[in-house]
Amino acid sequence: MSGEILLQTILSGVLIGLIYALVAVGLTMIYGVMDIVNFAHGEFLMFGMYSSFWLFALFGLDPLVTLPLTVLMLFALGLAVYQVVIKRITNAPMLSQIFATFGLMILFRGIAQFLWKPDFRTVENSLSSGKVIFSGLHFGLPQIIAALGAVLATGATWWFINRTRLGAALEATAQDKEAAQLMGIPSQRMFALAWGIGAACAGVAGVLLSTFFPIFPEVGANFILIAFVVVALGGFGSVSGAFWAGIIVGVVEVLGGFLLGPEYKLAIVLALFLAVILVRPQGLMGRAQT
Amino acid sequence: MNPLLEVDNLGKRFGGLVANEGISFRLDDSQIVGLIGPNGAGKTTLFNCIAGFYPPSEGSIRFRGNAVAGLTPPEMARLGVARTFQIVRIFASMTVLENAMVGTMLRNKRVPVARQRARDALEFCGLGGRLDLPAVNLTVAEQRRLEVARALATEPKLLLLDETMAGLTPSEVQEAVRLVKAIQARGIACLIVEHVMEGIMPIADHMVVLDYGRKIAEGTPAEISRNPAVLAAYLGE
Amino acid sequence: MTARRRNIQVVAALAAACALPLAVTNPGHQNFLILILMFAQVGVAWNILGGYAGQVSLGHAAFFGIGAYTSTVLLTHAGLTPWIGMLVGGLVASAFAVLIGWPCFRLKGHYFSMATIAVAEIMQVMFTNWEGVGGAVGLYVPLKDQGWEAMVFNTSKLPYYYIALGLLVATLAANWAIEKSFLGYYFRAIKDEPEAARSLGISLTRYKLVAIAISSFFTALGGSFYAQKELFIDPGSVLTTALSIKMALVTILGGVGSLFGPVVGSLLLTGIEEVTRQVFGGSGQGTDLILYALIIIGVAVFYPTGIMGWLKQRRFLVAEVKK
Repeated sequence: MSGEILLQTILSGVLIGLIYALVAVGLTMIYGVMDIVNFAHGEFLMFGMYSSFWLFALFGLDPLVTLPLTVLMLFALGLAVYQVVIKRITNAPMLSQIFATFGLMILFRGIAQFLWKPDFRTVENSLSSGKVIFSGLHFGLPQIIAALGAVLATGATWWFINRTRLGAALEATAQDKEAAQLMGIPSQRMFALAWGIGAACAGVAGVLLSTFFPIFPEVGANFILIAFVVVALGGFGSVSGAFWAGIIVGVVEVLGGFLLGPEYKLAIVLALFLAVILVRPQGLMGRAQT
Repeated sequence: MNPLLEVDNLGKRFGGLVANEGISFRLDDSQIVGLIGPNGAGKTTLFNCIAGFYPPSEGSIRFRGNAVAGLTPPEMARLGVARTFQIVRIFASMTVLENAMVGTMLRNKRVPVARQRARDALEFCGLGGRLDLPAVNLTVAEQRRLEVARALATEPKLLLLDETMAGLTPSEVQEAVRLVKAIQARGIACLIVEHVMEGIMPIADHMVVLDYGRKIAEGTPAEISRNPAVLAAYLGE
Repeated sequence: MTARRRNIQVVAALAAACALPLAVTNPGHQNFLILILMFAQVGVAWNILGGYAGQVSLGHAAFFGIGAYTSTVLLTHAGLTPWIGMLVGGLVASAFAVLIGWPCFRLKGHYFSMATIAVAEIMQVMFTNWEGVGGAVGLYVPLKDQGWEAMVFNTSKLPYYYIALGLLVATLAANWAIEKSFLGYYFRAIKDEPEAARSLGISLTRYKLVAIAISSFFTALGGSFYAQKELFIDPGSVLTTALSIKMALVTILGGVGSLFGPVVGSLLLTGIEEVTRQVFGGSGQGTDLILYALIIIGVAVFYPTGIMGWLKQRRFLVAEVKK
């Protein structure tokens, strides 16, 4: 294998890994604050993609232009999901929580199928179409723009949590619900906020993917398992952990697929996941729990 | 004669944090030993080391002459060490009787035998009238006694009681004191972590005092109550 | 409920189940009854580990798939009757379960569930790319031998119905025996308070392994039966996570950790699936999915203890009022 191909492979792994990171950031935030695993997270991404698609197909607006609108819609959807369903199962047994979010996953796929048919759709000739050739390496412009967008969005989320008062309140709730409540931080609002931001992050990832990935009701299935892996690797609840873990998973997936064949991509990533949680359950970057 | 339990120079660290250091004491058959100390003195850590929940970082634990440091909780239970928990951990999906039955099954796995022995243990702990109640419906004081009954059902030689009297009313404390004396009368030794001094002082044959993870004093209750180091530790110097 | 009354109820239910296909003669409807029995059986098997011992596996399709593939490969390659192949499949699944359970049982809660998903998904990828067992194309059960020895019936669905019923009764009987023995108490103790269970001499790993070995054995029997009934298997049908989820789902719907919970759950879930598919499905509109999802969410949110738990609560309340 020539050095150039290897470099090309690793870099395309990094590009997709940055998107994985953004999807996982939303998931890890919800988990960190509430200890709930959201099986419907891939569907937030799916709605982000469809929002881009329809705004493009109906009004000719580019996904990048309509991104703020999609973010707002997904934030609202996240809040609504929390208010209508999640709020009622905050203290329910783990099995009920798993099945509530699993039910949401099926519900959202059903709604997408009902409204928009199970067809594959694509956004053609958006602003970010084209190719970039850089010292012999070829990259799609959509992938590069998506990766940059994902870095910005992940960075913005990190900044929000670590540099703003509201973010600090969210983090405090994640650390210790009761203590935060005693300090006057309303837990329920923080939970709702986590769902809003979590859904919005997945929505942004959906928008960024919409310019080069087919759009269909089950598209979330391609991302949810990977996102779980990234969350576990980065340490449940850690945004910076998810960022680095996303890149690692992206590179391992693309490189592993290149070496063993693309049909083994998912198995390689899952094997990495198993190896990590069995050896280091707190994730690569998480703190050890006592 | 060998002591029942002999702890020698025991130490336990979590990362850089020293929870126990250089602790030595012994406990004889049918003896009641009180383990006291301010919050965070390392009492529960010591308990967890003896019951097999933590492997000690250094030192030795001998039970009936055998080195047992590093054994697992099920192995310790089989050897004859039973315990209760500071925050009660009853089996919430079970009745009172079923809770105790799980304890008896260590020695005999047949259900009818377990049922009879569990009934005896519950009777002994004053829960004879509560057998078929869901365990979660018991009062806190009763749940504590259920934990004791469940531990006794494993037929231990040594019973570790972790703050069995915390949060009880004075009359409930008196009942708990009577229960501990009755357990002792059966030939079972007790190591008791306790904050409630009026509960532990009258019944303990011997006291061990911890502070900042180290043993600062030991002796009879009378000696301990006059010991200046103990008074300093409790009053915060 | 007295033991005597309960015995009478069980015998009556069994008699009714035996007589039912005589009244239902439409093959489509008979197939529907077989599906109910089949998912009840794997649900009851899942319940041993997920319900009684509280270890929520979302990878049980791995065991189902092992059962299906083992009996089918033994049949096509060695001509072994599926009755033996089924038992071999069960043992292979148990051995595999112990092998993966050993490391995975150190994980708690969500970590364990996700690890089981990962194991089953890896299995699916491996089988899809393993040409020796048909790869992505799958395997057909040969039709040339028919009758009870080959467990292939082309002319009537009835034999499949009675085999499914027999498997369900056997799995229920095993569960009942576990529930009544010390194992049942140990499993519940491990689920309720693992640390307290350890302090009473229960080795968590050992008894979780016992639970997963029994659970995977019966799950694999269901897999072998599925292969014989459908006469075709592929990784997408017997090793998919959707199947693992369904096993858990019938159990949570009916009542986790209750003997007959999965039976009630399968009756409801399979019923709902069929009805919604008949009424709304086929057009690919997703209406069936929406209704199905709303019911799942509704149960998870409003009846977290399942139908059996809800009935028990009601009975308890009624008894309280009567007092």
